[in-house]
Amino acid sequence: MVDLPFRLEKRPAPSRAMRIGSPLIAAAAMLVTGSIVFAALGQNPLNALYLFFVDPVMSMYGIGELLLKATPLMLCALGLAIGFRANVWNIGAEGQLTVGAIAGGGVALFCSDSLGVMTLPAVLVAGAIGGMAWAAIPAFLRTRFHTSEILVSLMLVYIAQLWLSYLLHGSWRDPEGFNFPQSKAFVDNALLMPLLDGVRVTGAFIIALVLAGLSWLFASKTFAGYRMLVAGLAPAAAAYAGFSEKKNIWLALLIGGGAAGLAGICEVVGPIGRLQPSISPGYGFAAIIVAFVGRLHPLGIVLASLLMSLLYLGGESVQLSLQLPSAVTGLFQGALLFYLLAADLFVGYRLRAARRPAKIAAPQPEAASS
Amino acid sequence: MHLVAIFVSTVIAATPLIYAALGELVVERSGVLNLGVEGMMLVGAVTGFAVGHMTGSLLLGYAAAIVAATLLSLLFAFLTLTMQANQVATGLALTLFGIGLSAFAGRNFAGLPIDGVEAIHVPVLSSLPVAGALFRFDWLVYGSIALYFGVEFFLRRTRAGLRLRAIGESPSAAHALGQPVIRTRYLAVMFGGAMSGIAGAYLSTALTPMWVENMSSGRGWIALALVVFATWKPLRVLLGAYLFGGVTVMQLHAQGFGLEVPSEILSMLPYVATIVVLVIICRDPKTILLNQPASLGRSFHADT
Repeated sequence: MVDLPFRLEKRPAPSRAMRIGSPLIAAAAMLVTGSIVFAALGQNPLNALYLFFVDPVMSMYGIGELLLKATPLMLCALGLAIGFRANVWNIGAEGQLTVGAIAGGGVALFCSDSLGVMTLPAVLVAGAIGGMAWAAIPAFLRTRFHTSEILVSLMLVYIAQLWLSYLLHGSWRDPEGFNFPQSKAFVDNALLMPLLDGVRVTGAFIIALVLAGLSWLFASKTFAGYRMLVAGLAPAAAAYAGFSEKKNIWLALLIGGGAAGLAGICEVVGPIGRLQPSISPGYGFAAIIVAFVGRLHPLGIVLASLLMSLLYLGGESVQLSLQLPSAVTGLFQGALLFYLLAADLFVGYRLRAARRPAKIAAPQPEAASS
Repeated sequence: MHLVAIFVSTVIAATPLIYAALGELVVERSGVLNLGVEGMMLVGAVTGFAVGHMTGSLLLGYAAAIVAATLLSLLFAFLTLTMQANQVATGLALTLFGIGLSAFAGRNFAGLPIDGVEAIHVPVLSSLPVAGALFRFDWLVYGSIALYFGVEFFLRRTRAGLRLRAIGESPSAAHALGQPVIRTRYLAVMFGGAMSGIAGAYLSTALTPMWVENMSSGRGWIALALVVFATWKPLRVLLGAYLFGGVTVMQLHAQGFGLEVPSEILSMLPYVATIVVLVIICRDPKTILLNQPASLGRSFHADT
């Protein structure tokens, strides 16, 4: 037990200011940590921070990249947040993203001739359905056999990645690809095109923004969203009100899986253009951080996904300009979440100097008798 | 002799799982769910490898791995026990942070060689035919068996073990009786961290003596699943770990048996097996209700 020079006191009501303030405190703490790490690596911290956080977005192309990388993070995090709010811990978005890419990529590879201009919509729908199907496994096992969706959805990440690798080393491999484990490039009809000349961000970013709006509507204006909120905040009350836990689990996982699948397919028919063994630098896991940093709220998630995207860009930037390891990205991401969880304490509690609590004046016997 | 080779590699593959899962079992019996095992294992793996490589002493490597992983677990303990943060979210954060930290710390160590942990040849016994294989393991394999007996003895036969179990079942009752809930949980979490550190170091110095980014590839999560599979009982952790070791090894030997299964499909086996055993164990909710520490995953804040 650590003896602290202060004492925690429960606030009468959660602090709204701290709910918004704690991500900002966490981001500031991450910046301080970043300068220390950069200084330890022998760099001028200010220069390194500039190259990490500012330089990547100083051009039109850079802003495009920021939105491009924010898109899958936003999509995955929006879906995950709906589950997290209802205490459904889907941590396998990375796997659902992969299966979404497989399902949509399969349609793009094998059905584009017959679908013609309808290929792209069909591909996107197939991607979302693929992600949903993958997430349906933990939903089914949790509702039918009470298995932990945390462990099952995570195990399915590894299985999905091996499945993709199996396809690309086998029947889906491009015969003219010099034996590289990758599929043929998708036909134009299956591709999401860049929004503007000179950037790579595609219409998927718009889709993600629209879904952010829809998820806000779902959470705050629909009965299903309300049921899930109650289930998360007060499981006993939800059970007493007769809200079905199973329905919540199914809904949370299907929405999360569908969004992650969409993120996956938008990556492969967007910037990547074909199926390859590595389609995501861990977007599905980073989205967990995005969901928390964004306070599980759609607007917060939009902002947090931009921040997280900047962490990816910054890692690449300092690798190019200062030859620093791009692994600092993962370090910063993890640290950010830690700081957030620590700062979140002050939403519900406040600090008091470690004195004995002032005794509330007990009613005096004289006062009672007179 | 082929069967002996399979037996030996099964035991070796199971060893890191035994350390990590027995450590987590003690943590969970105290009522704390630490989902950060994977992250702590990775940090243990990179620390053990790096220190072992630089000093040439594996013993120092293991000591450093224990210290590093324990420090991480202390961070988790501080956030969840002192600061009351959500255990699931903090454990996830620990894993994500550990993945990032280990990749960062290990960037200059990838691909370097190291002299792996050497097997002990027990005189005379190790030269026995067939049974001799039992006496040619490295000291960590024997250590994992000793750890099992230690944990079993601690939980069943000591006052401290009884206190830990009581706190896991009902922290408020234990607190009312004057038992130090938070201190006990701190110690349990640190023990889990230390064991994850050993498990990680075993990966990078014995199982495959090298450092590769993300080399635990889900073993920390499998260890968590093993604790559920074992219904929080140490002996079942031991058996479960050997079962999983067997599944892992089967994938390596399947081609030797002439099975024409693609390697990716075989590599899925441990993950599929994890899901299958979870389903088997959790199918009857009573199994979990009767065995799971009642306060698992809940924060405890003494209001007095």
